[in-house]
Amino acid sequence: MSDVASGVANVSARVALSQPGAAAVVRLAAPWFALAVAFAILPVIFTSGSALTMLSLMGIMIVFALSYNMLLGETGLLSFGHAVYYGLGGFLVVHAMNTVIHDRLSVPLPVIPLVGGFSGLLFGIIFGSVSTRRAGTAFAMISLGLGELVASSSLILRGFFGGEEGVSTNRTKLLHMFGLNFGPQIQVYYLIAGWCLLSMVAMYALTRTPFGRICNAVRENPERAQFVGYNPRTVRFIAFSLAGLFAGIAGGLAAINFELVNSSEVGAGQSGLVLLAAYIGGIGSFIGPVIGAVLVTWLEVMLSDVTDVWQLYFGLLFIGVVMFAPNGIAGLIMMHAPLWQARAYGSMLRLALTYLVALGPALVLLAGLILVIEMTYHLSVKASEGTAISVFHVALDAASVIPWVAAAILTLGGFWLFRLTWPVVGAAWHEAFAQALGTRIAK
Amino acid sequence: MTAPAIELTDLHKNFGATRIIRGVSLRVPAGERHAIIGPNGAGKSTLFNLISGRLTPTSGTVQLNGENVTGLPPHQINRRGVARSFQVTNIFPRLSVWENVRCAVLWSLGYKYAFWRGIEGLADVRERTEIILHAIDLIDRRGVQAGVLAYAEQRALEIGITIAGGAGIILLDEPSAGMSVAEAARAVALIRKVSEGRTLIMIEHDMGVVFDLADRISVLVYGQIIASDVPARIKRDSAVQTAYLGTAA
Repeated sequence: MSDVASGVANVSARVALSQPGAAAVVRLAAPWFALAVAFAILPVIFTSGSALTMLSLMGIMIVFALSYNMLLGETGLLSFGHAVYYGLGGFLVVHAMNTVIHDRLSVPLPVIPLVGGFSGLLFGIIFGSVSTRRAGTAFAMISLGLGELVASSSLILRGFFGGEEGVSTNRTKLLHMFGLNFGPQIQVYYLIAGWCLLSMVAMYALTRTPFGRICNAVRENPERAQFVGYNPRTVRFIAFSLAGLFAGIAGGLAAINFELVNSSEVGAGQSGLVLLAAYIGGIGSFIGPVIGAVLVTWLEVMLSDVTDVWQLYFGLLFIGVVMFAPNGIAGLIMMHAPLWQARAYGSMLRLALTYLVALGPALVLLAGLILVIEMTYHLSVKASEGTAISVFHVALDAASVIPWVAAAILTLGGFWLFRLTWPVVGAAWHEAFAQALGTRIAK
Repeated sequence: MTAPAIELTDLHKNFGATRIIRGVSLRVPAGERHAIIGPNGAGKSTLFNLISGRLTPTSGTVQLNGENVTGLPPHQINRRGVARSFQVTNIFPRLSVWENVRCAVLWSLGYKYAFWRGIEGLADVRERTEIILHAIDLIDRRGVQAGVLAYAEQRALEIGITIAGGAGIILLDEPSAGMSVAEAARAVALIRKVSEGRTLIMIEHDMGVVFDLADRISVLVYGQIIASDVPARIKRDSAVQTAYLGTAA
């Protein structure tokens, strides 16, 4: 095979690429070190109990969303049943914990998520051997079918899945090490943070291996990958199994966090949630699903507190991202990378100001829409509870005319103003890029 | 005597009732540059698809270096030393030029599905990728997304991906199609360079390119090879002239 070297031997000027030295190692490790520090001090900044719970949920969702992106973003596999591996990981973790407690085995809680990982890997291998034989729509349909299969068995096999109420456990009854009993949420948070960091590093490292790059090649052009020696089925199968492993770890962490797993964890709702999280964040980059996981968890907790129809807003957000920002939030941020690289800070500041100008009308439009949605909801679904409602802490009567007029003015006026400001943003955008590119040429 | 690099024996391919390849037998000895010419619809690309495993023959056999590979999938045939390019550019459009070539060198260097070692530290992969990029003259474009390259550059990248794995047998499907005269000349020089010491089979419409490069030429008409000989005799062959070249040649 060295005939390439001899056949094309007239290559004298080989470009010497920098060898991975100490500086490169520091550059690679620095972001992870910063993330570890952030994970460590977050509970010091957000001290309330609900904040701690939310941070724990975010950590779980980050692992889950990143595992999903190994399929969708890296390998191009659209799965509608990823919760199967998350949920089964959770169930097996709960059963493992109960066995440990019952038999008084010397197993501490921090290693328990491994059980979830192995379960996810095992079921990934089993179900993946069937579903990854096909790609595209066929794969998506099979994943949906497998998801339904497991979700419906969870209500039939009551011994394992515990029926409607699920299976519970007690995380404080395992072997205690270093005086940790994992009763307080803060201890569970650090357990989740540790596993989250570990999983993130592992999944990121995976993208920078021969296999990780071939996943991208199979996503881009499976046929071409085949003509350079790779079997796309094998690539998809390995990716699927490994995604199952990390989903299982996430499910195990959730089981430890809630001390309870029920059938909804393997269901379509959970599978849909992780798809939304990864997509809203952006499937084109590693950071995207992380952003999505944080945002979606925050919205899930916060919105469900203030409105009953939070899922509607969630769906609208998803539609908005699909239509206007197909590369997700991370994609929107990355659009500005050329400005940053050109050090066009002045242009960026001007651009940011126009964003603020456009933000005002956008918020007015949003307020109008929210008013319409909430009043419609209360008049239709909640008609029996009367027409008096409170939106943004303002008491309103949904049956009177004035709030509807106000909603109409806000919605239409906001839209009209937004339409006026949008060209300003576009002009600022073009000007900023022209300047940034201009300075780059001048250099 | 060593077995020919490629030997096709009474190859047939039917699509339903339509017979596209009708009994093709061909021996290409190792190290030969062989051109396949013929009118549109003669079955040239289908023949490539049969050799490279994209299609399975209806009957007949394909042998590589004496080994029967009939019906094997493309990745299996590729691992036995056959690489091909495509008539319609077939690259990884959203990966960089560098990534395109690097993906194509990985298997042949033995890294297979390795998910336990970093790719950036693999010196042999980096070195081979650089050599290929120098050879196809795209080293300065390494960071560019392949999908936004100019057409001739994409064709060069297509050849780069094809040769990257160091395959001993290279199939090129119309490598100069759609190129200007100057671009085609560069393509010929590139093909000559990269096919040095290997077996080359190429489909080509540009007769200048064919007579410039080929040691032997086979003429495929309606799924059958009507002549297979050195360029000088193909030019004079009366059957070829009536069937394909016409009076213009």
